[in-house]
Amino acid sequence: MAYALEKSDAAQLGPSEAVASDPALISAVDVDVFYGEKQALKGISLDVPEHRVTSLIGPSGCGKTTFLRCLNRMNDLIDVCRVEGEIKIAGQNIYAPEVDVVSLRAQVGMVFQKPNPFPKSIFENVAYGPRIHGLASKKSDLQGTVEASLKRAGLWEEVSDRLDHPATALSGGQQQRLCIARAIAVEPKVILMDEPCSALDPIATAHIEELIDELRQKFTIIIVTHSMQQAARVSQHTAFFHMGVLVEHGKTEQIFTTPNDERTESYITGRIG
Amino acid sequence: MKSDHIVRSFDEDLQQIENLVSRMGGMVELQIDNSAISLVQRDVELAKAVRADDRKIDNLESEIDIAVVRVLALRQPAAQDLRAVVAVLKIAASLERIGDLAKNIAKRSTVLGEFRDIGASANIVKRMCGLVQEMLKDALDAHVTRNINLADDVRMRDVEVDQMHNSLFRELLTYMMEDPRAITPCMHLLFIAKNVERMGDHVTGIAEQIHYVVSGSLPEEERPKSDVTSLTAISSGEAAAGGGQAE
Amino acid sequence: MTDSFTQHSPHLANRHAAEIRFQWAGRVAIFLALAFLFVMIGSIFYKGTGAFWRTYVALDIDLSKDAIDPQDLAGASYGGLVKKALKAKFPDVKARRDRRKLYGLVSSDAAFALRKWAEENPAELGGVRKFWFVASDDVDVLRKGGIDVEGKESDRRVSDKELKWVATLAAEGRIEQRFNWAFFTSGDSREPELAGILSALVGSAWSLLVCFFLSFPVGIMAAIYLEEFSKKGWWSDLLEVNINNLAAVPSIVFGLLGLAIFLNTFGLPRSSPLVGGMVLALMTLPTIIIAARAALRAVPPSIREAALGIGASPLQSTFHHVLPLAMPGMLTGAIVGMARALGETAPLLMIGMVAFIADVPQSILEPATALPVQIFLWADSPERAFLEKASAAIIVLLFFLVVMNLIAIVLRRRMEQRF
Repeated sequence: MAYALEKSDAAQLGPSEAVASDPALISAVDVDVFYGEKQALKGISLDVPEHRVTSLIGPSGCGKTTFLRCLNRMNDLIDVCRVEGEIKIAGQNIYAPEVDVVSLRAQVGMVFQKPNPFPKSIFENVAYGPRIHGLASKKSDLQGTVEASLKRAGLWEEVSDRLDHPATALSGGQQQRLCIARAIAVEPKVILMDEPCSALDPIATAHIEELIDELRQKFTIIIVTHSMQQAARVSQHTAFFHMGVLVEHGKTEQIFTTPNDERTESYITGRIG
Repeated sequence: MKSDHIVRSFDEDLQQIENLVSRMGGMVELQIDNSAISLVQRDVELAKAVRADDRKIDNLESEIDIAVVRVLALRQPAAQDLRAVVAVLKIAASLERIGDLAKNIAKRSTVLGEFRDIGASANIVKRMCGLVQEMLKDALDAHVTRNINLADDVRMRDVEVDQMHNSLFRELLTYMMEDPRAITPCMHLLFIAKNVERMGDHVTGIAEQIHYVVSGSLPEEERPKSDVTSLTAISSGEAAAGGGQAE
Repeated sequence: MTDSFTQHSPHLANRHAAEIRFQWAGRVAIFLALAFLFVMIGSIFYKGTGAFWRTYVALDIDLSKDAIDPQDLAGASYGGLVKKALKAKFPDVKARRDRRKLYGLVSSDAAFALRKWAEENPAELGGVRKFWFVASDDVDVLRKGGIDVEGKESDRRVSDKELKWVATLAAEGRIEQRFNWAFFTSGDSREPELAGILSALVGSAWSLLVCFFLSFPVGIMAAIYLEEFSKKGWWSDLLEVNINNLAAVPSIVFGLLGLAIFLNTFGLPRSSPLVGGMVLALMTLPTIIIAARAALRAVPPSIREAALGIGASPLQSTFHHVLPLAMPGMLTGAIVGMARALGETAPLLMIGMVAFIADVPQSILEPATALPVQIFLWADSPERAFLEKASAAIIVLLFFLVVMNLIAIVLRRRMEQRF
């Protein structure tokens, strides 16, 4: 029968990358985050597979950005913020006392909502990370690193003849790709992206999305996005947060066609939010 | 349907598509009914009307296609909405096929009108049509009310249609062996019965789509199948004995 | 309705009228403020520009061997020569009192100037030579029209006889106005015609230097620590409130503090620019801290996040990225604070920088006075000519304030980067 055939197809051709079979690089267990008295995240347990794009979606204030910023301990900057539970990256609990947050952030890069290049030259922007981490000892090494990073970020063609120009003169999309180049120049394991396209036009967004898909070969990417279409386009895994709770986590196509939880369903079909 | 979308016009779009499907379903039901009546009552005029009305069903299908594409393009539905819209596309195609089959029955019943009455066999076909029509009605109800149990029930009921088709098949084979003059009407009737059986399958498909819309997955359990005609062979000896067993 | 844009409600007219009234009120306020400013600056310039000129009197001095022995320059009576020249000019003046008045036409500096000339040009001695001497302050004021010659003799500082002498000299072309370089090159003096602002200017410069090198680094560091590193809590709130309060404390209180601690407890030299600078630093510190914190806060947090996000330590983030962006604002704040310190008198009075200082201070430990204090002193003097000097000193002070503010603006323009 026609429908029976269709069904078995789905089982075979479906994603070669099932949630369970992907090895987890990041694994959060029972993470609670408090801002003063207010609890922002409640018991988040989430495994993020290596070399995959995982998107975090959910309505504003649901805690997805808070969770993202737990992963490179950016929340440490907020005095009243308290993180409980365990987050392991490559087996190491990043909240353990012996972990130095500076070297953690070298391993877990971040790209922000608004492109935020340093008000310096394009070259200096990319070279800054390798320089402070001592990744390039010679000037030629540094130039090589900068070129490689810009190439990987798909920006080299556009800026190779004006590396000494101020980065702030680039267009928004170029600035954001520069920020990505800056992040990958220090060779992190993980790249966190906090709504990287929210300030960009659709074409620039498409460039970034294409870039994200390429970067997946080398890095593990976690992206917070408000655009569900974007999550659907770029990510292999999707986690839905709602009111500080991780409601559902699964393969992106499963979340967007047949979510298991009522709240996920309502959110992605545009009934709550 | 559960709570409404934040964008109300999205709800309206979906509702419009559902309405189109219901209307199309109703028309197809009527077509099945009329084709069966034209067969039994040898009503050539009614058969003609059925053939003419099929055009309306085709138009309705393309209307649904356009509406679905529009919703896909403009609303980018997800999850339940996506499943509903995609299922509607398939349901409409199935309904259109059922309509075609009804038209084919009507066509053949005009031919049959020129032959001697085959009697009870036509009535069996009519009962099959009744069953299929009932199934379709329930399937459409299940679609509107998102009733997964009803849809599953419809899916199970196809087995009766298959069984009736089996026995009719054997019966007609026997007739044809007994009396070569009966071959032409019997062949037509056989095709009509096959059409009805196919209709049942399409309704089953619709029911499965409804199951998918509601639950997010196609039904897992195997559907009981009783259409054994493709394996049935009757030797002349058996025919003389007045019927035999399928192996 | 197409004419809904042209039909107005009566409220709309009222709203427009209110707006126009408000704009006019603003314009009138600005006009008044500007008018007062012009009156003030105009009167200062009117009074003060005269001080940049001074009156010279030409006398024929006998430089013969009898008068000045080239072998014994120090032994000559230069004052006597000047008096002799005056006597020769007006031979009919006989009375002792009149003679003294006659001698008073030229400044007491004349004898020193003559001697200096003689020591520098011994080869040109001999014969009679015409010299231009600085006139006394009374003659100066008279020539600049500062004395009412029509009034009663007893009401003015200049007698009728003096008026006659001056008129005679002027008629012979022996009185001239020349640019008063001495105003910028000499220190304070009891004689108004000799008084200059150099010592006060240098005193101010030393004090400001001390003030800058104390308050700028300390203020910037404090601001950076408070803004970038310290934990926010009740303690930092308390600190912030107190810094803001400190900025509002009257400056004389800082002077008292300096007197009690720097002079009495630590025993630092009284009247010295070191102590003055320290007191001014105390006074400027809150201003600099507040300005620097505001500048740091104006740096978008995204820059810090960007730096921290690629693994810069907080110190690197601050010094590599935040500080360069905040620097223009910080410098502006510091310069504005310095400008305020430059104009400050009260705390300097308390630590003794109000003394009469004729010599230019050579280091921060020597007694000195400051420009505003000098203005205060001159404005307080009985001699009419000092009033003019005070106004001139105000002009100089204003000039430096304007220059400092210009520097602040230029620095901000230069260093400001888009982000």
